[in-house]
Amino acid sequence: MTKTKNTSFATLLGAVAGLALAAPAYAQDFPERAIEYIIPFNPGGESDITARMQEPMMEEALGVGVNVRHQPGGGGAVAWAEFQGNAEPDGHEIIGINLPHIVGQPIQRADSGYTTEGFDVITWFHFTPHVLVVRADSPFQTLDDLVNFAKENPQSLTVGGSGTFSGNHLETLRMEQLTEADVTYIPFTGTGPLPAAILGGHVGAVISNSTLAVQMVDDVRTLAVASEERLDVLPDTPTFRELGYDIVGGTYRGVAAPKGTPADRVEMLANLFTEMNTTMAERQVPMGFQMTDIRGQAAVDLLVRMREQYGDFLTQ
Amino acid sequence: MEVLIAAALAVLQPHMLLIVLLGVTAGLFVGALPGLTATMALALMLPFTFAMEALEGLVALGAVYMGTIYGGAFTAILINTPGTPSSIATTFDGHPMAKQGRALEAISIATIASVVGGVVGVVFLLLAAPPLAQLALKFGPSEMFWVAILGLTLIGSLATGSVLKGLLGGAIGLIIGTIGISPIGGESRFTFGWPPLQAGVSLIVALIGLFVIPELLSMMRQGRAAIDSAAGLGDGGFRFGSAMTTVFSKPVNLIRSCVIGQIIAIIPGAGGSITSLVAYNEAKRGSDDPDSFGKGNPEGLVASESSNNVMVAGSMVPLLTLGIPGAPPDAVILGVMLLHGLRPGLELFSETGVLANGFIISMGLAALMLIPVGLLGGRLIYQVIRRTPHYFLVPTILVITILGTYALRNNLVDVALMLGLGIVGFAIRGLGLDAAPIVLGLILGTIAEQGYVQTILGGMAMDIPQLRLLENTLSQILIVLTVAVIGWTAWPRKRRQKD
Repeated sequence: MTKTKNTSFATLLGAVAGLALAAPAYAQDFPERAIEYIIPFNPGGESDITARMQEPMMEEALGVGVNVRHQPGGGGAVAWAEFQGNAEPDGHEIIGINLPHIVGQPIQRADSGYTTEGFDVITWFHFTPHVLVVRADSPFQTLDDLVNFAKENPQSLTVGGSGTFSGNHLETLRMEQLTEADVTYIPFTGTGPLPAAILGGHVGAVISNSTLAVQMVDDVRTLAVASEERLDVLPDTPTFRELGYDIVGGTYRGVAAPKGTPADRVEMLANLFTEMNTTMAERQVPMGFQMTDIRGQAAVDLLVRMREQYGDFLTQ
Repeated sequence: MEVLIAAALAVLQPHMLLIVLLGVTAGLFVGALPGLTATMALALMLPFTFAMEALEGLVALGAVYMGTIYGGAFTAILINTPGTPSSIATTFDGHPMAKQGRALEAISIATIASVVGGVVGVVFLLLAAPPLAQLALKFGPSEMFWVAILGLTLIGSLATGSVLKGLLGGAIGLIIGTIGISPIGGESRFTFGWPPLQAGVSLIVALIGLFVIPELLSMMRQGRAAIDSAAGLGDGGFRFGSAMTTVFSKPVNLIRSCVIGQIIAIIPGAGGSITSLVAYNEAKRGSDDPDSFGKGNPEGLVASESSNNVMVAGSMVPLLTLGIPGAPPDAVILGVMLLHGLRPGLELFSETGVLANGFIISMGLAALMLIPVGLLGGRLIYQVIRRTPHYFLVPTILVITILGTYALRNNLVDVALMLGLGIVGFAIRGLGLDAAPIVLGLILGTIAEQGYVQTILGGMAMDIPQLRLLENTLSQILIVLTVAVIGWTAWPRKRRQKD
């Protein structure tokens, strides 16, 4: 075990050194001071841990300090609203953004204080597809078992997830629509309470991110994953598509700069985040993350697709 | 057993002991500063732990956690200001002791009680983790609702003056707790269309506003005299020996507080904030002389400080066995574990036993380390507070408080709310309202609401969904306890009035 740890650390060091060598190739006038990297969630979450991994690599590559700051509240809305109102569009202030959060909140709340389009998306670097999990001793062996039960016993099956009108909730609504199952969604505050909810039998099933399914792999059965193809870390779990339901969705994590930031700086940061992804993949892919690089027009298309997928549920 | 020895050997290395020493020391000072929380300290350490071996990283985090929870006691005793939410109850008797010139003795007692609590938590974790984890899983939404209701009944007996004023304070706390995005449903409540209020009033903001600011204002009003009495000029030293006797002379109180600390630690989401309050309340209720509580009774101090330090290792039970973070700092530790490829569960103990047990043992070491670090650090903090003129001390604490509040969520609105609550807190103190019931209402209101709505939602298929609140055995036990506590609170008062 020690050996593998050392190897991965060496790789990390190597990559950091590589990034440092690549740095002079970037534009000289940027960055000229420390980068503020705002995380709109609490410490310890997936967004925070990822930013903490990126922080030293960014400092090496950019040659300036990087301050990771937490600004939690309102499911991210407080930080996003302040960022759109106050951040200088010069590339020195960036913020973590999440989907479908930034699509859902402005539709659902009049006072969210920000707009979905009000960011210059640098890149979406992570994707964790949704999973539907039940406890290992649950009578539901397959997705069909669960769907059939929920059709015959309307509303009696409870499905837990993180938040209301969040990704988990919207995915539950979409699953109900496509499978004609009738379940009761129970929101919890964040992903933290979900292991207890499922292991304690407080809910019949949980819709969450792939990372939870990997973390709890010994205690739960994952009935389906909402990705296009099966995940390497969950090779025996079928996708919803394989089972005949066109459900692909999950949480995207990325970074954004204020609207109007010079395009070359946005692109430089995007390249940096993509390079860091290569290094982080070694630790994060086994945890259930999928590394992505969705930027430019593709990022705009993603927002449009998200709104099509979930918009109806939010405006109903 | 072999695993335990191997784990002990892995931890008893010079560099590991150094990590524990540094971690506890750093944690102590963070904990002593109002506004700087254990969660924040652990989050700031994250980048350093990535470069460490998994065991080293976890040992460092555990030591800082232990130091922080203990450090909150210093400011609680010396300036009546809980450094962390888990030391609210430490102010009740710790500060009166300081006013009587027994500040260092109070620090000694708090230290010994913390060490006992820390070690007991580790023993529970080593010996009883699997059954405790099963108990933790019994606390579902309806049980959490009743836990919160039971917690609210504490207000009746915690209130130093009239029960009515205590309940009024609790109601104010419940109302403050509704501001922001509702925990279930996601609607904005009482934000008046102003986006920053979506974040609601954070517990720490309320804690600092209601405890620290009124204390500073009264220091300013009374001038030097307040500080002199607060820091105990006529001091009698640490009295370590007699402090030992004080702590261990009431074994029932000590054991009861540790057990309460352990049980609350495993209830997911109840967190450490109420542990010390519950233990304090039970100590007062179980005492022959409940009226001496709140006036410098060391038993109250022992209850508070032993119970909150049990929580550090205690909350690792659901974390290590089930992957459930019981308190916010645990979420950070979980993140570090996952990044190092460690999955919580029984495999953590069977496959990486040296690591899991080494981490647990290191928390015991961290607890023992509190004695030298705490007594030296305690004297230092005491001397600083005693020797600094009040016209420096008050503004310095104010600035630290404002910085701490801002650092919490990097939100200026929090600072404004904190100062506003501070002025309100100062005003209502004059009316005889305590801050503790308000804070308790703020903590428990959200838990109760969440538990209630989740339970009702789960019963949508039933005719009367509310009946689900009464279904489980554990819920029924909690209901009986609640009724018993209310009865107990009402009964002796009648009896006392007759006398």
